[in-house]
Amino acid sequence: MTKVVIGIVVGAILGVFDGMVALLTPEAGNIWDIVPWSSLKGLIVGLIVGFYARKVSNLRGGVILGLVAGAIFALLVVLGNIAGGLPPYWIEIMLPGTIVGGIVGYATQQYGKGATA
Amino acid sequence: MTQLSDRALSRLQSIVDVPDFEGTRYRILSKIAEGGMGTVFRAHDSSLDREVALKVMDDSLQETQFAERMQQEAQVIARLEHPGIVPIHDVGILPDGRMFYAMKLVQGERLDVFCQTARALPERLRLFQKICEAVAFAHAQNIIHRDLKPANIMVGAFGEVLVMDWGLAKILGEEKASETRMAMPEPGAAFQDKTDGGSGLATQVGAVLGTPDYMAPEQARGENNRLDQRADVYALGAILQFVLTGSHPFQKIESQAKDKAPKRLQAIIRHAMAEPREQRYANASELAADIERFLNDETVTAYRDNPFDKIWRWLLRYKFLIFIVLIYMIVRVLLFYLMR
Repeated sequence: MTKVVIGIVVGAILGVFDGMVALLTPEAGNIWDIVPWSSLKGLIVGLIVGFYARKVSNLRGGVILGLVAGAIFALLVVLGNIAGGLPPYWIEIMLPGTIVGGIVGYATQQYGKGATA
Repeated sequence: MTQLSDRALSRLQSIVDVPDFEGTRYRILSKIAEGGMGTVFRAHDSSLDREVALKVMDDSLQETQFAERMQQEAQVIARLEHPGIVPIHDVGILPDGRMFYAMKLVQGERLDVFCQTARALPERLRLFQKICEAVAFAHAQNIIHRDLKPANIMVGAFGEVLVMDWGLAKILGEEKASETRMAMPEPGAAFQDKTDGGSGLATQVGAVLGTPDYMAPEQARGENNRLDQRADVYALGAILQFVLTGSHPFQKIESQAKDKAPKRLQAIIRHAMAEPREQRYANASELAADIERFLNDETVTAYRDNPFDKIWRWLLRYKFLIFIVLIYMIVRVLLFYLMR
């Protein structure tokens, strides 16, 4: 697997999982609205850090970029909730989103074939 | 008249055998090795102020075809400019008429000595890959070694690998010329069973050259005109087995150690050492590529994985990532319940 594919797969899996956790919070809304967006968020973060890992071999840089990208996309979701009149779920969305970004950043630096592999 | 003792005679003989380097840039320091065709000395090169290895043809052979052959051996080595092949610096004739050539003095251990020390499997395999790369380079130049064995491979202090003794090398595509020119007995353990009944110097169809344990079946049958890269691949397979088990291919003690080698590596050895050469890797590059796949936990061409093998290897390859993801998921769910 290439680094980009690793990023997409890990990001998407963790994104789906994050979305599924909403099952535990019925008041969060319709699961079928949450899971696609959550997995898309993970997938895009994975794509970004995957391309970064293909160009740059730097574990710390990859993890930090993942954390930042994860946080930014999680923030977009929170802002979307606020705009849609939903509870923002700051911690519930921001914290896992950021950690998922860090994990995907680590995965793309450590695994997969790429220009820097 | 006083009769000389055997010891005195032997000493005199050794003095006579020391080549005369008077008037050259080389000063002999010590003898390194002696073989059927020549002797290798450690010498000092005064022009470049460095130590070199000098291979000097035996005095008794200077009137034979060996002089020309030795020069051609030097020319073949000179063609093979590669970090894994010992470089040649100079070639010439001594005042006493003996032919010599100077090459890099390799500091290190022979592979068979090197492998006596316990080393991790990946380290051994990386080393083996370097051997394959050097041989692959020669194959790309249409040259086959024909006497690959652990004793002909040196490992340097920094893990560098040098393939030595190209005395039996054969240039492919120049069948007649190269056979007559190149194939010659090399100092060391090379096995030579001349069946031509002629001069004993020219290798002809039916002459067997090489080292039995590491010799491809077609080479052992003396089919020299049929030899190609796959003969070296066979020897590399035998070397791989040696690198893994520390035993030569036909030693009885190898079976136990061999069984301990991973199945996929055993399959690679079997593939490289297949009796019909059509079933072997086509060249050293293909063998090296399969070793690389093994090291990367990928599917090797020599072994057909079953689905469980594939899944298990995939899990092993990504075990730390899987561990992190699972920990994240568990902590996430636990925190959810704790925070409620």
